[in-house]
Amino acid sequence: MPAPLDKIARSCAPYAISLVFALLFIAVWAGATRQPRFDASAHSPDQLELMEMNGDIVRDEQGAWQFNAAKTGGLPGPGAVWDKIKTETGEAFVKKGTNDHGIGWLIGYTLRRFFTGFVAASVVAILLGVLIGLSPLLFKALNPFIQLLKPISPLAWMPLLLYTVKDPFWTAILVVFMASLWPTVANTALGVSNLRKDYLRVAAMVEMSFARRLFTVILPGAAPTIIAGLRISFGSALVAVVPAEMLLGELGIGYLSWIEWNNLDVSGVLFAIIVVGVVGVALDFAFSRLAARFTYSEI
Amino acid sequence: MNKYLYIDHVGRAYPSLDPDAPRGATVDVFSDVTFELRQGEFMSMIGHSGCGKSTLLNILAGFDQPTTGGVFLEGKPITKPGLERMVVFQSFALMPWLTAFENVRLAVRQAHPDWPAAEIDAWTHKYLDLMNLTNAARKRPAFLSGGMRQRVGLARAFAVNPKLLLLDEPFAQIDALTRGSIQDELMRMWQETRGTVFMVTHDVDEAILLSDRIALMTNGPGAELAEIVEVDIPRPRTRASLIDDPRYMKLRNHILQFLVSGARRAAPAKPPTPSPVAVPA
Repeated sequence: MPAPLDKIARSCAPYAISLVFALLFIAVWAGATRQPRFDASAHSPDQLELMEMNGDIVRDEQGAWQFNAAKTGGLPGPGAVWDKIKTETGEAFVKKGTNDHGIGWLIGYTLRRFFTGFVAASVVAILLGVLIGLSPLLFKALNPFIQLLKPISPLAWMPLLLYTVKDPFWTAILVVFMASLWPTVANTALGVSNLRKDYLRVAAMVEMSFARRLFTVILPGAAPTIIAGLRISFGSALVAVVPAEMLLGELGIGYLSWIEWNNLDVSGVLFAIIVVGVVGVALDFAFSRLAARFTYSEI
Repeated sequence: MNKYLYIDHVGRAYPSLDPDAPRGATVDVFSDVTFELRQGEFMSMIGHSGCGKSTLLNILAGFDQPTTGGVFLEGKPITKPGLERMVVFQSFALMPWLTAFENVRLAVRQAHPDWPAAEIDAWTHKYLDLMNLTNAARKRPAFLSGGMRQRVGLARAFAVNPKLLLLDEPFAQIDALTRGSIQDELMRMWQETRGTVFMVTHDVDEAILLSDRIALMTNGPGAELAEIVEVDIPRPRTRASLIDDPRYMKLRNHILQFLVSGARRAAPAKPPTPSPVAVPA
């Protein structure tokens, strides 16, 4: 039966191409970062002794001379990063010291920081957005402030926040808060003010109280627009959390990237970048699954 | 006269959109409209677009306020929307995020806040069944045809037993074949509940089929109530029996003549309040 096979082949084709690109990328990376072989026969024993004392060369398991990988410059290859991934995931939940926690812990700290700031900002933003969206007067009055505050980088608030709360733990959360506030405010106001008049008329006709109107008509009606705003906020908060950790020295995956750089461990830096990417993809996937439950098709 | 619903010299003006008009100038959509509905009466209003018939319906619903005059239900002035006056919208106005059942239940729950949930559910199902929506109860409006959506709209309105049912061109967005069966259902529901209905429509046949009396509006802006014709065809009426009825043809010609000839007032002198005009059989 050729038809189902054909179908499988067609549905697999994009992933096959993705795999080819991934393998191609790793091959180029490996080729570009390959260490030259050390030719021991070209050096006298005195030279070899000197080079070993300098740490330029080391003996491998077979006792042959090799370049010392830790001393040579340039980017580490995929093999070195893979080794790093294996070691780090192997001790994911090990605490070796005050600032040396396993990657599992670091992801946990970042997620806690991220969600505390994001959820708090979303609640505030949706309430503010509903108020602004329901009142054209308030919308006009507050719009200049929102326009002024919106383009400010969330990191620009950091010194002021640090000075005010005097605690890096809360400052990092507040930076995430500031990053995820404005897109949700703007979209909620838009969604609420553009709600079809018919829905509000029905709500008035069946004599709903304000609270019931809010939860059964206004918020569900504006939900698709609010969720689009939350999604922008989500991305913005994810971007802000990494530099906030770096600058504040708060344990997390952004901090990992910086501390590995301080250790001059470039494999570690690459590992941290990969972790940030993977965590971002996982969060975005979870969020889109959640968001799909709150959208509806307009008549 | 039993003034169950009394529309008392009502007029509605909007700010003028004419760029040459002086500041603050207004345009009367309609003015000095006076008539009343008896309890249990089905009354329709026909007129060209822009004669303000939907505006008048919005005033009766409480969505809009009259510029002059007032509207009274059982002697009490109508100032805001409420459960005693349910509207069936041309655009259906169903919440797209709720199922048909939830859309109707919403109104039932508001009308009977003291009822237990099971009773509210049972009542909601009863009205969905009456409108032949049993199988559509768990579907969202986007998955229903226009006719089915308006059935939900009618179920929502009938389920709270309003003192006044307001139909705002309820079948305008429904295809002609479906329209007939929903009109039959509406008539059956109305005959069972004997509610008071005010309907705004463009469709002369629909008005004759359903109404006890039909109000004709002149063209807007500055529209007025031209006359009210009595539909003296005995019920129950069906489309099939209507076609052969000479009274139906006479009535239909009279209304179409009025609309085609420019919807002007027939009488030269303006009576203080237009009295119901019976068309001779």
